[in-house]
Amino acid sequence: MTLALGVRRQRSSTLHRWLQGGGRTGAYLLVVGGCALYAFPFFWMVRTSFLPEDLIFVDPPIWFRWPPQWQNYLEVFQVGPFAHWIKNSVIVTVFGVLGHTITSVLAAFGFSRVHFPGRNKLFLMVLATMMIPFHVVLVPQYIMFLQFGWLDTLLPLIVPSLFGSALYIFILRQFFMTLPVELDEAAAMDGASKLQIMTRVVLPLSKPAVATVAVFAFIERWNEFITPLVFIQTSENLTLPVGMMWFRGRFDTFFHLLMAGSVFTVIPIVVAFFFAQKHFIRGIALTGIKG
Amino acid sequence: MTLRNVASEVVVERPVETRVPERVGRVGQFWRTWSGLLFVAPWLIGFLWFGLSPIAASLVISFTDWQLGYDVNFTGFDNYGILFADDKVFRTSVFNTLYYMAFHIPGTIIIGFLLATLLNLKLRGMPFYRTLFYLPSVTSGVATAIIWFWLFQPNGIINSGLGLFGIEEAPRWLNSTMWAMPALIIMSLWNVGTPMILFLAGLQGVPQVLHEAAAVDGANRFQRYVHITIPMMTPYLFLVLILQIIGSFQVFTTALIVTEGGPGHATTFIVLHLYRMGWGAFRMGYASSIAWVLFVMILAVTAVQFWAAKRWVYYEAEGAAR
Repeated sequence: MTLALGVRRQRSSTLHRWLQGGGRTGAYLLVVGGCALYAFPFFWMVRTSFLPEDLIFVDPPIWFRWPPQWQNYLEVFQVGPFAHWIKNSVIVTVFGVLGHTITSVLAAFGFSRVHFPGRNKLFLMVLATMMIPFHVVLVPQYIMFLQFGWLDTLLPLIVPSLFGSALYIFILRQFFMTLPVELDEAAAMDGASKLQIMTRVVLPLSKPAVATVAVFAFIERWNEFITPLVFIQTSENLTLPVGMMWFRGRFDTFFHLLMAGSVFTVIPIVVAFFFAQKHFIRGIALTGIKG
Repeated sequence: MTLRNVASEVVVERPVETRVPERVGRVGQFWRTWSGLLFVAPWLIGFLWFGLSPIAASLVISFTDWQLGYDVNFTGFDNYGILFADDKVFRTSVFNTLYYMAFHIPGTIIIGFLLATLLNLKLRGMPFYRTLFYLPSVTSGVATAIIWFWLFQPNGIINSGLGLFGIEEAPRWLNSTMWAMPALIIMSLWNVGTPMILFLAGLQGVPQVLHEAAAVDGANRFQRYVHITIPMMTPYLFLVLILQIIGSFQVFTTALIVTEGGPGHATTFIVLHLYRMGWGAFRMGYASSIAWVLFVMILAVTAVQFWAAKRWVYYEAEGAAR
């Protein structure tokens, strides 16, 4: 690959500047156009959720109708065990976030700031497990929970998540490794135990990383689908995502209700996401770069 | 990510004499060596209980004909034999998965790269746009599936839109064996958030000096894009490629909710077939063998990618591959 040598004079004519400006306008158009395209399904979901049933299939389609039909959101609770689903999802998510975060912080600290024999080999195992598709363990886990009598309860969803997850351990460890070891040593000289070093020195400096992991865990637990699908049979015990599938199975032409239900599934994610997006996106880039 | 220099705030100089000499007996020594394991213990217990032992059990189960409610017999490689020789649905599911991957992967990579390039132009409101493009990726698979199920209805908004462009005989999408998979592929292109974010991070890491040097030598924007940006981005392209491959092999929720694998078996993916075998027919042994075949497939394709990467991925740290 050869480039032409020699210096070129910058064309500073007004035409050139206008072209550059036009380029930026073009870029804005593309971005805004793309946004409109990508936001449209969300818009359509919300719009349909506020429509009365007789207006959903009208041609040409209505873009929005005033007044919005709030009753749809109430009706959703009457035609299915919606309140149970939301309750179950909240339980699973809260336990999941706490469990995942605490355990992963402990393990990541152990893998990065504490030395014990076989530490690095064990960490390689952590990484290796990330490669195995979850579906390999699904059948044996089902059989195990069947024999424990845990099927159709929330236990299969909560207990495994109390033990941390390889991805979060990886993210946190990468982050911990960027903190200078001198901090630990200074605290140790002052008589701090390893646990105290973790809670008083490392953790306060790790808020962005821990927040990222907590938000990741929240989103992953709230959206979890295949595990509740497989481990829970009675419709009242389902979590929200699987409940929505049950819902769709029965009311698959009642799109106004389906959309209202979907809004419930989406709202917590949007809220959590807007709260933490700065950390979150930084966290993803971090995993990508180190990974 | 900026790191505040906290060290200067915390380090305290201690004169050597005040350091307490440590005397540890054998118990203390044992504690010193192994106490770190305590930190890792919660994860380790979970890993052994819910990870390693199920994996081992799964392999053993795949060598049996276990169906819930019936006796278990050890059958060796029979399941695998049936899978490859007789199971037409499995063959269809592999074909479907590959068909999906052939379009989903290049599609999301190209769109993600373009979006990242656009967002990298430091336009006003960039954080807002970035968030918006990322949002579909964090929405629950179920909500996404239901939304697009609605959009692709024969009398839904997509066909209405096509009507505006003069296409009166719009495809019946989810009810048509020919158009069901294209519908799922289109739907999957909504989910470009992670590739986009990774590419954006990569673009911001391309050293500005290279662009400046090339500009001095007379390269225009397009040449700079093709000969500098893209080669420098190959590590990220590789990473996204691997992620997308692993992800596409495991498509499940979408297939189950949008089309239930139909019409016929037009959108039956490998994992969907696994699910049907395991919790439709409760053939646990057979389902386990499907899971292991899936694992081996993912491993093989990934290994090939790593091997091929030597030829086209350029790592700054290692210098040019030429």
